[in-house]
Amino acid sequence: MDVNARMFEGSQIRLAPIDYEKDAEIESRWTHDLDFLRRMGARPGRPLSVAQVKKAYEQLEKDMEKKSVYHFTIRLREDDRLIGFVQIHWIEWSHSTGHVKIGIGDPQDRGHGYGTQAMQLLLNLAFNELNFHHLSASVVEDNPQGLRFLLKLGFVEEVRRRQALLRQGRRLDIIHLGLLQSEWSQS
Amino acid sequence: MNGQHLQGKLVRLCSPADAESMGKAWSRWSQDMDYYRSLDSDPPRFFSAKFIKDEEEKNQEKVDTGSFFFTVRTVQEDRLIGFTALWEISWPHGEAFVSIGIGEPEYRGRGYGTEAMQLTLEYAFEELNLWRVSLFVFESNLRGIRSYEKCGFVREGVIRQAMRRDGRRWDWYLMGVLRPEWQALQAAQPET
Repeated sequence: MDVNARMFEGSQIRLAPIDYEKDAEIESRWTHDLDFLRRMGARPGRPLSVAQVKKAYEQLEKDMEKKSVYHFTIRLREDDRLIGFVQIHWIEWSHSTGHVKIGIGDPQDRGHGYGTQAMQLLLNLAFNELNFHHLSASVVEDNPQGLRFLLKLGFVEEVRRRQALLRQGRRLDIIHLGLLQSEWSQS
Repeated sequence: MNGQHLQGKLVRLCSPADAESMGKAWSRWSQDMDYYRSLDSDPPRFFSAKFIKDEEEKNQEKVDTGSFFFTVRTVQEDRLIGFTALWEISWPHGEAFVSIGIGEPEYRGRGYGTEAMQLTLEYAFEELNLWRVSLFVFESNLRGIRSYEKCGFVREGVIRQAMRRDGRRWDWYLMGVLRPEWQALQAAQPET
């Protein structure tokens, strides 16, 4: 039996480490896109300078060293261009659980299946390498594409945190989804 | 309004006690697995009263608007019996998570915790002006679930098999209460 030497390669993308020199400038640009930041979480969006992004990378890598986060950049295989990131955080090792998150920064890079490939690689890592039992993910109710994306990967809706967000005067639910190792099929 | 917002019939919400008393109480309570395993999914570790006292001294120096911590004391004997905390407060969205622990076993199952939670919700909705309060509870914590339901919390979903303990998997529930729901409950059960 061979080892799976391609566990971080999809057909068009691969998972890779951070490149401080190339990536910080691109990520700084993404932090100026409030629509993107609103999909990434509940915290107020805040534009970050290139230097601030680099500082955030340093903190992220410290957390990776402690194994409280697994973070990967997503790069196109053809030209190595950074298009996004995937990560597992909120890891509870004694219970084999974690929470996954994905971001594709540029709207033009969405809808090509890059995110699906990246998430399949991440799920393979989570279930076959880290031996997690349950993974969670969350999405805001005003993001039906995000919800469809997670449902297609096999996640099921577990919780509706009612009216947990206030956006432009509207109260929105946060939908929490979950995927068990036993439910995950590697197709 | 009765002018005693942090006080009920059985308990009142207070500031942290001095670090030494907190260290002693916390260290003793944490050895009670009925308490600890209802409160935390982290595998138990025992810390000395001294270690907790030192940590508490550091905590009490910080002013942190991301969380609010209260000790729970009995009205009658002014005895320290537990704590409540609002944490992970999201100011833009008006949400907080709440935790509660009644460390002294003889005060469990007698309404002390429920009243402490009600006072904490009153503080969250009327002082902090939050919109919703959330909590996680383990499916094994039936006493907690009953108490939270009395306070107006609704089960919003099940995080399946989120915890492994004693050779099996346990679900977590996420519960939440919205300000209008809490207000309706207050109107239906006027404080006497």
